[in-house]
Amino acid sequence: MMQATAQEARFEPRIVALFCNWCTYAAADLAGISRMRYAPNARIVRVMCSGRVDPAFVLEAFRSGADGVLIGGCHPGDCHYKEGNYKAMRRVALLRKVLTDFGIEPERLRLEWISASEADKVRRAVDRMTEDLRKLGPLTWRVG
Amino acid sequence: MPKPKVAFYWCASCGGCEEAVVDLAEKVLDVVAAVDIVFWPVALDFKKADVEAMPDKSIAVTFVNGAIRLSDQEEMVKLLRRKSQILIAFGACAQLGGIPGLANLWDRASIFDWYYRAAPSVAAKDAGTPPRVKVTVPEGELELPAFWDTVKTLDQVVEVDYTIPGCPPTPKLLGAAVEAILAGNLPPKETVLAGTKSLCHECRLNDTKPEKMLLKDLKRITEIRLDPEKCHLAQGILCLGPVTRGGCEALCIEGHMPCTGCFGPLDQTADFGGKAVSFLASIVDVNDEAEAKKILDKVADPTGIVYRYSLARSRLGRKRMEVKA
Repeated sequence: MMQATAQEARFEPRIVALFCNWCTYAAADLAGISRMRYAPNARIVRVMCSGRVDPAFVLEAFRSGADGVLIGGCHPGDCHYKEGNYKAMRRVALLRKVLTDFGIEPERLRLEWISASEADKVRRAVDRMTEDLRKLGPLTWRVG
Repeated sequence: MPKPKVAFYWCASCGGCEEAVVDLAEKVLDVVAAVDIVFWPVALDFKKADVEAMPDKSIAVTFVNGAIRLSDQEEMVKLLRRKSQILIAFGACAQLGGIPGLANLWDRASIFDWYYRAAPSVAAKDAGTPPRVKVTVPEGELELPAFWDTVKTLDQVVEVDYTIPGCPPTPKLLGAAVEAILAGNLPPKETVLAGTKSLCHECRLNDTKPEKMLLKDLKRITEIRLDPEKCHLAQGILCLGPVTRGGCEALCIEGHMPCTGCFGPLDQTADFGGKAVSFLASIVDVNDEAEAKKILDKVADPTGIVYRYSLARSRLGRKRMEVKA
């Protein structure tokens, strides 16, 4: 048991986190200001809206070595641009099916609704995804 | 002045692109009069040795159709690249991997296993004999080209100067390209010799497209009686026109079928499938997650639809393979 834990600890998943400017990025900012401790595995990229996330960004992230992609947007009904988050929701639903065909587990792509005040939800989402990816193992990619 | 030399070659393809050359119809006579065809395996009896004997860069232009999936195809296109001044990727398979590129959702082992053992059409006595690169028979050793795990596009193997897209390209585009070459009037390198705007711009039905495309449901072509005078998308039929390069003059639409994307991505598109997913998810106008998923579930085989012609060219390129330690 000890050995397995030590082995799992060796793998540090790389998460590309695409957070919307108006809600989730602000929540991540708040988490920082509040000195919350959470897994350092997410590389946060600020986008104006979760609806701005082109599926190509996600594909590029996986191709470039990400083990997981976490998209964060405003809660349904709260989108700064009214319906960007709904588009993100539908894109993720379809994209996860495509990823499955490519042999990428759908859990590697996540979408979370996190409002600007929910700093603790950022902490939980990143921690949980880091743990889950650790169990899944690295997304090794080979073209040959 | 000697006539410019032209070559045609095919790799992993169906032969439809060769048909497109023949479809030049009487115009083919003008082409034949203006150029010297020095290599065209499907129509003329020249051999590889004839190409090898040519000086480097002596062929003015070579048209290669088909994706690259076997070792001999790589060998031939590298040879033709060396012998040619201009190399053109002709058709969807050479440009994007095309239909053969869909095999990138499998690999050599799983393809061989199905076709030479598991498929119900394989007779029991033949099962379990996958093709081998070398086999010894009483007469000596025979050699077959090696079969790769991954289908590649032409430009993933050799440098490509221009692309003529389509499955197959239209005779009009081929004719225009040949004329441009003969006149020495070629655009900058790497140009795709077709439209620069999406198909909708040249589609006759574009006027019937609503200002904002929002769909409450998706339909398959067999589910409705299609109104041939109304935008297919507006009728709920998945048409890839908005994300596909124009230049074909909406031939499929004229034939009452939606666009399936054979002309590939526009210049600014990073990944055709990604763009198609994005567009498709945007026009479904349902904000309830369970309801939206139900509608999107109606898209049978989404990967096969969004990457029908471009899987090999996609950012991911192929299905994940285990990395050997």
